[in-house]
Amino acid sequence: MVQILSAKQAISKMEDGMTIAVGGFLGCGCPDMLIDEVIKQGCKNLTLICNDSGFPGKGVGKLQDENRLSKVYASYIGGHPETGKQMQTGEMEVILTPQGSLAEKLRAAGAGLGGILTPTGVGTIVEEGKEVIVVDGKQYLLELPLKADIALLKAHKADEKGNLVYRKAARNFNPVMATAADLVIVEAEEIVKAGEIDPDMIHTPGVFVNILVKGGSQNG
Amino acid sequence: MDKKEARIMIAKRIARELVGGTVVNLGIGMPTLCASYVPKDIDVMFQSENGFIGIGPAPKAEEMDKDCVNAGGSPVTILPGGCCFDSSTSFGIIRGGHIHTTVLGALQVDQDGNLANWMVPGKMVPGMGGAMDLVVGAGRVIIAMEHLAKDGSTKILKKCNLPLTAKNEVDLIVTDMAVMEVTKDGLVLKEIAPGITVEEVVNSTEADLIIFTNIETISV
Repeated sequence: MVQILSAKQAISKMEDGMTIAVGGFLGCGCPDMLIDEVIKQGCKNLTLICNDSGFPGKGVGKLQDENRLSKVYASYIGGHPETGKQMQTGEMEVILTPQGSLAEKLRAAGAGLGGILTPTGVGTIVEEGKEVIVVDGKQYLLELPLKADIALLKAHKADEKGNLVYRKAARNFNPVMATAADLVIVEAEEIVKAGEIDPDMIHTPGVFVNILVKGGSQNG
Repeated sequence: MDKKEARIMIAKRIARELVGGTVVNLGIGMPTLCASYVPKDIDVMFQSENGFIGIGPAPKAEEMDKDCVNAGGSPVTILPGGCCFDSSTSFGIIRGGHIHTTVLGALQVDQDGNLANWMVPGKMVPGMGGAMDLVVGAGRVIIAMEHLAKDGSTKILKKCNLPLTAKNEVDLIVTDMAVMEVTKDGLVLKEIAPGITVEEVVNSTEADLIIFTNIETISV
Protein backbone atom coordinates (compact mmCIF):
# COMPACT_ATOMS: atom_id res chain seq x y z
CA MET A 1 0.00 0.00 0.00
CA VAL A 2 1.51 3.28 -1.10
CA GLN A 3 1.05 6.28 1.18
CA ILE A 4 0.95 9.88 0.00
CA LEU A 5 2.53 11.99 2.76
CA SER A 6 4.07 15.39 3.33
CA ALA A 7 7.87 15.64 3.20
CA LYS A 8 7.81 16.19 6.97
CA GLN A 9 5.78 13.03 7.64
CA ALA A 10 7.87 10.97 5.23
CA ILE A 11 11.28 12.01 6.59
CA SER A 12 10.12 11.52 10.20
CA LYS A 13 10.68 7.81 9.50
CA MET A 14 14.39 8.41 9.16
CA GLU A 15 16.69 7.76 12.14
CA ASP A 16 20.26 8.76 12.94
CA GLY A 17 22.84 6.27 11.71
CA MET A 18 20.74 4.96 8.84
CA THR A 19 22.03 4.13 5.37
CA ILE A 20 20.32 6.19 2.70
CA ALA A 21 20.44 5.81 -1.08
CA VAL A 22 19.78 9.10 -2.84
CA GLY A 23 18.99 9.31 -6.55
CA GLY A 24 20.54 11.90 -8.82
CA PHE A 25 23.67 12.59 -10.82
CA LEU A 26 25.49 15.84 -10.07
CA GLY A 27 22.17 17.18 -8.83
CA CYS A 28 20.07 16.14 -11.85
CA GLY A 29 17.26 13.88 -10.62
CA CYS A 30 17.98 14.58 -6.96
CA PRO A 31 15.01 14.82 -4.55
CA ASP A 32 15.89 18.33 -3.36
CA MET A 33 12.79 18.80 -1.21
CA LEU A 34 13.39 15.56 0.71
CA ILE A 35 17.06 16.47 1.28
CA ASP A 36 15.99 19.87 2.65
CA GLU A 37 13.64 18.07 5.02
CA VAL A 38 16.40 15.71 6.21
CA ILE A 39 18.49 18.78 7.04
CA LYS A 40 15.54 20.38 8.83
CA GLN A 41 14.79 17.32 10.95
CA GLY A 42 18.42 17.00 12.02
CA CYS A 43 19.17 13.40 10.98
CA LYS A 44 22.88 12.67 11.34
CA ASN A 45 25.60 10.01 11.17
CA LEU A 46 24.12 8.91 7.90
CA THR A 47 25.76 6.57 5.42
CA LEU A 48 25.13 7.97 1.97
CA ILE A 49 24.94 5.90 -1.20
CA CYS A 50 24.84 8.23 -4.20
CA ASN A 51 26.60 8.60 -7.52
CA ASP A 52 28.38 11.66 -6.15
CA SER A 53 28.48 13.91 -3.10
CA GLY A 54 27.01 16.80 -5.08
CA PHE A 55 28.06 20.40 -4.87
CA PRO A 56 28.18 22.77 -1.87
CA GLY A 57 24.74 24.23 -1.27
CA LYS A 58 23.04 21.98 -3.79
CA GLY A 59 20.94 18.80 -3.41
CA VAL A 60 22.73 15.95 -1.72
CA GLY A 61 25.74 18.23 -1.20
CA LYS A 62 23.80 19.93 1.59
CA LEU A 63 24.16 16.75 3.70
CA GLN A 64 27.92 17.20 3.33
CA ASP A 65 27.73 20.95 4.06
CA GLU A 66 25.92 20.24 7.31
CA ASN A 67 28.21 17.35 8.34
CA ARG A 68 25.40 14.81 8.49
CA LEU A 69 27.42 12.05 6.86
CA SER A 70 29.70 9.49 8.48
CA LYS A 71 30.30 7.32 5.43
CA VAL A 72 29.88 7.74 1.67
CA TYR A 73 29.67 5.30 -1.22
CA ALA A 74 30.09 7.26 -4.46
CA SER A 75 31.84 7.14 -7.84
CA TYR A 76 32.68 10.83 -7.87
CA ILE A 77 33.34 13.34 -5.09
CA GLY A 78 35.10 16.03 -7.14
CA GLY A 79 32.14 18.42 -6.94
CA HIS A 80 32.27 18.83 -3.19
CA PRO A 81 35.73 19.71 -1.80
CA GLU A 82 34.67 18.86 1.75
CA THR A 83 34.13 15.17 0.93
CA GLY A 84 37.69 14.82 -0.39
CA LYS A 85 39.06 16.77 2.56
CA GLN A 86 37.28 14.61 5.14
CA MET A 87 38.36 11.50 3.24
CA GLN A 88 42.00 12.61 3.44
CA THR A 89 41.88 13.47 7.13
CA GLY A 90 40.05 10.22 7.88
CA GLU A 91 37.10 12.05 9.44
CA MET A 92 34.78 10.27 7.09
CA GLU A 93 35.02 6.93 5.32
CA VAL A 94 34.61 7.31 1.55
CA ILE A 95 34.30 4.18 -0.54
CA LEU A 96 34.96 5.23 -4.12
CA THR A 97 33.20 2.76 -6.36
CA PRO A 98 33.21 2.63 -10.17
CA GLN A 99 29.90 4.03 -11.38
CA GLY A 100 28.82 0.85 -13.12
CA SER A 101 29.77 -1.29 -10.13
CA LEU A 102 27.80 1.01 -7.82
CA ALA A 103 24.70 0.54 -10.00
CA GLU A 104 25.14 -3.24 -10.12
CA LYS A 105 25.79 -3.58 -6.36
CA LEU A 106 22.44 -1.87 -5.80
CA ARG A 107 20.77 -3.96 -8.50
CA ALA A 108 22.14 -7.15 -6.90
CA ALA A 109 20.67 -6.14 -3.53
CA GLY A 110 17.33 -5.33 -5.12
CA ALA A 111 17.17 -8.45 -7.24
CA GLY A 112 18.09 -10.96 -4.54
CA LEU A 113 21.53 -11.73 -5.93
CA GLY A 114 24.55 -12.59 -3.79
CA GLY A 115 26.73 -10.21 -5.79
CA ILE A 116 27.86 -9.64 -9.34
CA LEU A 117 31.03 -10.40 -11.30
CA THR A 118 32.52 -7.45 -13.12
CA PRO A 119 35.76 -6.98 -15.07
CA THR A 120 35.81 -3.35 -13.92
CA GLY A 121 38.60 -2.64 -11.46
CA VAL A 122 40.66 -5.80 -12.09
CA GLY A 123 44.34 -4.96 -11.58
CA THR A 124 43.54 -1.65 -9.85
CA ILE A 125 43.20 -0.63 -6.21
CA VAL A 126 39.46 -1.32 -6.51
CA GLU A 127 40.45 -4.99 -6.48
CA GLU A 128 41.92 -4.75 -2.96
CA GLY A 129 40.12 -6.99 -0.50
CA LYS A 130 37.84 -8.46 -3.15
CA GLU A 131 37.59 -11.99 -4.42
CA VAL A 132 38.79 -12.48 -8.01
CA ILE A 133 36.86 -15.15 -9.86
CA VAL A 134 37.97 -16.55 -13.23
CA VAL A 135 35.25 -17.41 -15.73
CA ASP A 136 36.31 -18.83 -19.12
CA GLY A 137 39.84 -17.60 -18.50
CA LYS A 138 38.80 -14.01 -17.78
CA GLN A 139 39.19 -12.33 -14.38
CA TYR A 140 36.24 -10.71 -12.63
CA LEU A 141 35.81 -9.02 -9.26
CA LEU A 142 33.07 -10.22 -6.96
CA GLU A 143 31.16 -7.07 -6.02
CA LEU A 144 28.77 -7.62 -3.13
CA PRO A 145 25.19 -6.34 -2.84
CA LEU A 146 24.66 -2.86 -1.41
CA LYS A 147 21.37 -2.08 0.29
CA ALA A 148 19.97 0.99 2.02
CA ASP A 149 17.54 1.43 4.88
CA ILE A 150 15.82 4.25 3.05
CA ALA A 151 15.91 5.39 -0.58
CA LEU A 152 15.14 9.05 -1.35
CA LEU A 153 14.20 9.34 -4.99
CA LYS A 154 12.94 11.82 -7.52
CA ALA A 155 10.37 11.03 -10.22
CA HIS A 156 8.70 13.18 -12.85
CA LYS A 157 5.32 11.55 -12.48
CA ALA A 158 3.82 8.99 -10.10
CA ASP A 159 0.38 7.42 -9.92
CA GLU A 160 -1.40 6.59 -6.66
CA LYS A 161 -0.09 3.01 -6.87
CA GLY A 162 3.50 4.26 -6.78
CA ASN A 163 4.24 3.57 -10.44
CA LEU A 164 6.92 6.00 -11.58
CA VAL A 165 8.00 7.79 -14.73
CA TYR A 166 11.25 9.75 -14.95
CA ARG A 167 12.34 12.43 -17.40
CA LYS A 168 15.46 12.33 -19.57
CA ALA A 169 18.77 12.24 -17.65
CA ALA A 170 16.98 12.66 -14.30
CA ARG A 171 16.38 8.89 -14.30
CA ASN A 172 20.00 7.82 -13.61
CA PHE A 173 20.29 5.90 -10.29
CA ASN A 174 16.66 6.40 -9.22
CA PRO A 175 15.20 3.15 -10.67
CA VAL A 176 17.92 0.85 -9.33
CA MET A 177 17.80 2.49 -5.89
CA ALA A 178 14.03 1.98 -5.80
CA THR A 179 14.71 -1.76 -5.69
CA ALA A 180 17.42 -1.66 -3.03
CA ALA A 181 16.02 -0.13 0.15
CA ASP A 182 13.69 -1.25 2.94
CA LEU A 183 11.70 1.98 2.66
CA VAL A 184 11.38 3.89 -0.60
CA ILE A 185 10.31 7.53 -0.47
CA VAL A 186 9.71 9.28 -3.79
CA GLU A 187 9.42 12.99 -4.42
CA ALA A 188 7.25 13.26 -7.53
CA GLU A 189 6.68 16.43 -9.55
CA GLU A 190 3.16 15.23 -10.27
CA ILE A 191 0.93 12.58 -8.68
CA VAL A 192 -1.91 11.29 -10.85
CA LYS A 193 -4.76 8.79 -10.41
CA ALA A 194 -4.20 5.09 -11.01
CA GLY A 195 -4.71 4.35 -14.68
CA GLU A 196 -3.54 7.71 -15.94
CA ILE A 197 -0.12 6.37 -16.86
CA ASP A 198 -0.02 3.79 -19.65
CA PRO A 199 1.26 0.58 -17.98
CA ASP A 200 3.70 0.13 -20.86
CA MET A 201 5.29 3.53 -20.16
CA ILE A 202 6.08 2.92 -16.48
CA HIS A 203 9.80 2.95 -15.60
CA THR A 204 9.61 1.82 -11.96
CA PRO A 205 6.78 -0.52 -10.94
CA GLY A 206 4.90 0.66 -7.87
CA VAL A 207 5.73 -2.59 -6.07
CA PHE A 208 9.07 -1.01 -5.12
CA VAL A 209 7.61 2.22 -3.74
CA ASN A 210 6.28 2.91 -0.20
CA ILE A 211 5.76 6.66 0.13
CA LEU A 212 5.00 9.43 -2.36
CA VAL A 213 5.60 13.09 -1.62
CA LYS A 214 4.27 15.78 -3.92
CA GLY A 215 6.94 18.29 -4.72
CA GLY A 216 9.67 19.42 -7.01
CA SER A 217 9.56 21.83 -9.89
CA GLN A 218 8.53 20.87 -13.36
CA ASN A 219 10.34 21.54 -16.59
CA GLY A 220 9.13 20.59 -20.04
CA MET B 1 51.31 25.25 -33.08
CA ASP B 2 49.96 26.77 -29.87
CA LYS B 3 48.13 24.79 -27.19
CA LYS B 4 44.66 25.50 -28.59
CA GLU B 5 45.66 24.51 -32.13
CA ALA B 6 47.22 21.34 -30.75
CA ARG B 7 43.98 20.43 -28.98
CA ILE B 8 42.03 20.93 -32.18
CA MET B 9 44.52 18.80 -34.11
CA ILE B 10 44.16 16.00 -31.55
CA ALA B 11 40.36 16.21 -31.66
CA LYS B 12 40.26 16.24 -35.47
CA ARG B 13 42.67 13.33 -35.74
CA ILE B 14 40.65 11.23 -33.30
CA ALA B 15 37.36 12.16 -35.00
CA ARG B 16 38.72 10.40 -38.10
CA GLU B 17 38.98 7.17 -36.10
CA LEU B 18 35.24 7.05 -35.42
CA VAL B 19 33.22 4.50 -37.35
CA GLY B 20 29.82 5.21 -38.91
CA GLY B 21 26.80 3.50 -37.37
CA THR B 22 28.41 3.12 -33.95
CA VAL B 23 27.89 4.58 -30.48
CA VAL B 24 30.81 6.47 -28.94
CA ASN B 25 31.50 7.80 -25.43
CA LEU B 26 33.66 10.89 -25.04
CA GLY B 27 35.25 11.82 -21.73
CA ILE B 28 35.14 15.29 -20.24
CA GLY B 29 37.59 17.92 -21.55
CA MET B 30 39.61 17.49 -24.73
CA PRO B 31 37.79 14.24 -25.72
CA THR B 32 34.48 16.16 -25.86
CA LEU B 33 36.01 18.37 -28.54
CA CYS B 34 36.08 15.39 -30.95
CA ALA B 35 32.31 15.63 -31.41
CA SER B 36 32.77 18.95 -33.23
CA TYR B 37 35.00 17.42 -35.89
CA VAL B 38 33.23 14.20 -36.89
CA PRO B 39 33.36 13.98 -40.72
CA LYS B 40 29.95 14.79 -42.21
CA ASP B 41 29.59 11.41 -43.91
CA ILE B 42 30.12 9.53 -40.63
CA ASP B 43 26.96 8.89 -38.62
CA VAL B 44 27.89 8.27 -34.98
CA MET B 45 25.80 8.76 -31.86
CA PHE B 46 27.32 9.78 -28.55
CA GLN B 47 26.43 8.18 -25.25
CA SER B 48 26.23 10.12 -22.02
CA GLU B 49 26.86 7.59 -19.26
CA ASN B 50 24.47 9.33 -16.87
CA GLY B 51 21.71 7.89 -19.01
CA PHE B 52 21.13 8.50 -22.70
CA ILE B 53 22.35 8.05 -26.25
CA GLY B 54 22.14 10.92 -28.71
CA ILE B 55 23.93 13.87 -27.08
CA GLY B 56 23.11 17.03 -29.00
CA PRO B 57 24.49 20.56 -28.77
CA ALA B 58 24.05 22.79 -25.73
CA PRO B 59 20.60 24.44 -25.69
CA LYS B 60 19.90 28.15 -25.85
CA ALA B 61 19.44 29.67 -22.40
CA GLU B 62 15.65 29.83 -22.77
CA GLU B 63 15.48 26.17 -23.87
CA MET B 64 17.52 24.84 -20.95
CA ASP B 65 16.02 21.72 -19.37
CA LYS B 66 17.01 20.84 -15.78
CA ASP B 67 16.56 17.13 -16.60
CA CYS B 68 18.86 17.14 -19.62
CA VAL B 69 22.54 17.31 -18.70
CA ASN B 70 25.63 15.39 -19.81
CA ALA B 71 27.93 13.33 -17.58
CA GLY B 72 29.75 16.51 -16.60
CA GLY B 73 26.49 18.08 -15.44
CA SER B 74 26.38 20.60 -18.32
CA PRO B 75 23.10 21.32 -20.16
CA VAL B 76 22.76 19.49 -23.47
CA THR B 77 20.01 18.39 -25.83
CA ILE B 78 19.00 14.94 -27.05
CA LEU B 79 18.99 14.44 -30.82
CA PRO B 80 16.17 12.76 -32.77
CA GLY B 81 16.63 8.99 -32.45
CA GLY B 82 18.15 9.36 -28.99
CA CYS B 83 16.96 7.34 -26.02
CA CYS B 84 17.10 7.52 -22.22
CA PHE B 85 17.86 4.80 -19.70
CA ASP B 86 18.91 4.27 -16.09
CA SER B 87 22.48 3.91 -14.74
CA SER B 88 22.36 0.13 -14.59
CA THR B 89 21.38 -0.12 -18.28
CA SER B 90 23.88 2.60 -19.16
CA PHE B 91 26.76 0.63 -17.70
CA GLY B 92 25.40 -2.60 -19.16
CA ILE B 93 25.76 -0.86 -22.52
CA ILE B 94 29.31 0.12 -21.57
CA ARG B 95 30.60 -3.12 -20.01
CA GLY B 96 28.68 -5.29 -22.45
CA GLY B 97 30.76 -4.08 -25.37
CA HIS B 98 28.04 -2.00 -27.04
CA ILE B 99 30.16 1.15 -27.08
CA HIS B 100 32.40 0.94 -30.13
CA THR B 101 34.92 3.58 -29.06
CA THR B 102 35.65 5.65 -25.99
CA VAL B 103 37.96 8.67 -25.95
CA LEU B 104 39.48 9.66 -22.62
CA GLY B 105 42.21 11.82 -21.20
CA ALA B 106 45.13 10.39 -19.23
CA LEU B 107 47.71 11.18 -16.59
CA GLN B 108 49.92 8.32 -17.77
CA VAL B 109 49.81 5.55 -20.36
CA ASP B 110 52.38 2.80 -20.78
CA GLN B 111 53.63 0.58 -23.57
CA ASP B 112 51.44 -2.31 -22.40
CA GLY B 113 48.29 -0.22 -22.80
CA ASN B 114 47.87 0.34 -19.07
CA LEU B 115 46.11 3.57 -18.21
CA ALA B 116 46.27 5.84 -15.16
CA ASN B 117 43.80 8.71 -15.28
CA TRP B 118 41.96 8.95 -11.99
CA MET B 119 44.18 9.60 -8.99
CA VAL B 120 47.47 10.94 -7.73
CA PRO B 121 48.34 9.59 -4.27
CA GLY B 122 48.44 12.31 -1.64
CA LYS B 123 46.31 14.67 -3.72
CA MET B 124 42.58 15.21 -3.53
CA VAL B 125 40.93 12.32 -5.36
CA PRO B 126 37.81 13.20 -7.38
CA GLY B 127 36.85 9.58 -7.95
CA MET B 128 36.86 7.34 -11.00
CA GLY B 129 33.29 8.09 -12.04
CA GLY B 130 32.55 5.87 -15.02
CA ALA B 131 36.11 5.75 -16.38
CA MET B 132 37.04 2.27 -15.10
CA ASP B 133 33.92 0.73 -16.63
CA LEU B 134 34.40 2.60 -19.93
CA VAL B 135 38.01 1.58 -20.39
CA VAL B 136 37.27 -2.07 -19.64
CA GLY B 137 34.06 -2.25 -21.64
CA ALA B 138 34.46 -0.14 -24.77
CA GLY B 139 35.60 -1.89 -27.93
CA ARG B 140 38.32 0.63 -28.65
CA VAL B 141 40.03 2.94 -26.15
CA ILE B 142 41.63 6.07 -27.57
CA ILE B 143 43.61 8.42 -25.35
CA ALA B 144 43.63 12.15 -26.10
CA MET B 145 46.27 14.06 -24.15
CA GLU B 146 49.29 16.28 -24.19
CA HIS B 147 52.51 14.32 -24.63
CA LEU B 148 54.21 15.96 -21.66
CA ALA B 149 52.90 16.77 -18.20
CA LYS B 150 52.86 20.37 -16.96
CA ASP B 151 56.28 19.88 -15.33
CA GLY B 152 57.72 18.68 -18.64
CA SER B 153 57.90 15.00 -17.68
CA THR B 154 56.70 12.39 -20.14
CA LYS B 155 53.27 10.85 -19.75
CA ILE B 156 54.09 7.83 -21.93
CA LEU B 157 56.03 5.37 -19.84
CA LYS B 158 57.46 1.87 -19.82
CA LYS B 159 55.23 1.22 -16.83
CA CYS B 160 52.66 3.51 -15.21
CA ASN B 161 53.58 4.44 -11.63
CA LEU B 162 50.25 6.07 -10.71
CA PRO B 163 47.31 3.90 -9.61
CA LEU B 164 45.78 2.28 -12.68
CA THR B 165 42.34 2.85 -14.16
CA ALA B 166 42.59 -0.40 -16.11
CA LYS B 167 45.17 -2.89 -17.38
CA ASN B 168 46.05 -3.49 -21.03
CA GLU B 169 43.03 -1.72 -22.46
CA VAL B 170 44.42 1.27 -24.40
CA ASP B 171 44.47 0.90 -28.20
CA LEU B 172 45.56 4.28 -29.55
CA ILE B 173 47.27 7.37 -28.09
CA VAL B 174 46.95 10.73 -29.83
CA THR B 175 49.01 13.60 -28.43
CA ASP B 176 50.17 17.03 -29.57
CA MET B 177 53.34 15.31 -30.81
CA ALA B 178 52.36 11.93 -32.18
CA VAL B 179 49.93 9.08 -32.86
CA MET B 180 50.93 5.79 -31.28
CA GLU B 181 49.24 2.41 -31.45
CA VAL B 182 49.45 -0.22 -28.74
CA THR B 183 50.13 -3.57 -30.42
CA LYS B 184 51.07 -7.00 -29.12
CA ASP B 185 54.64 -6.26 -30.18
CA GLY B 186 54.77 -2.95 -28.34
CA LEU B 187 54.00 0.72 -28.82
CA VAL B 188 54.24 1.74 -32.48
CA LEU B 189 54.92 5.35 -33.46
CA LYS B 190 52.79 5.84 -36.58
CA GLU B 191 52.39 9.56 -37.12
CA ILE B 192 54.09 12.73 -35.96
CA ALA B 193 52.69 16.24 -35.64
CA PRO B 194 53.70 18.88 -38.22
CA GLY B 195 57.03 20.42 -37.29
CA ILE B 196 57.99 17.61 -34.90
CA THR B 197 60.79 15.13 -35.59
CA VAL B 198 60.85 11.43 -34.76
CA GLU B 199 63.83 12.12 -32.53
CA GLU B 200 61.87 14.71 -30.55
CA VAL B 201 59.05 12.23 -29.99
CA VAL B 202 61.49 9.53 -28.88
CA ASN B 203 63.20 11.98 -26.50
CA SER B 204 59.82 12.96 -25.04
CA THR B 205 58.76 9.36 -24.49
CA GLU B 206 60.01 6.93 -21.88
CA ALA B 207 58.25 3.92 -23.39
CA ASP B 208 60.10 1.88 -26.00
CA LEU B 209 58.80 3.02 -29.38
CA ILE B 210 58.72 0.87 -32.47
CA ILE B 211 59.14 3.33 -35.35
CA PHE B 212 56.64 2.53 -38.10
CA THR B 213 58.35 2.17 -41.46
CA ASN B 214 55.93 4.49 -43.28
CA ILE B 215 55.68 7.16 -40.64
CA GLU B 216 53.41 10.02 -41.70
CA THR B 217 52.69 13.55 -40.60
CA ILE B 218 49.37 13.92 -38.79
CA SER B 219 46.95 15.32 -41.34
CA VAL B 220 43.66 16.80 -40.21
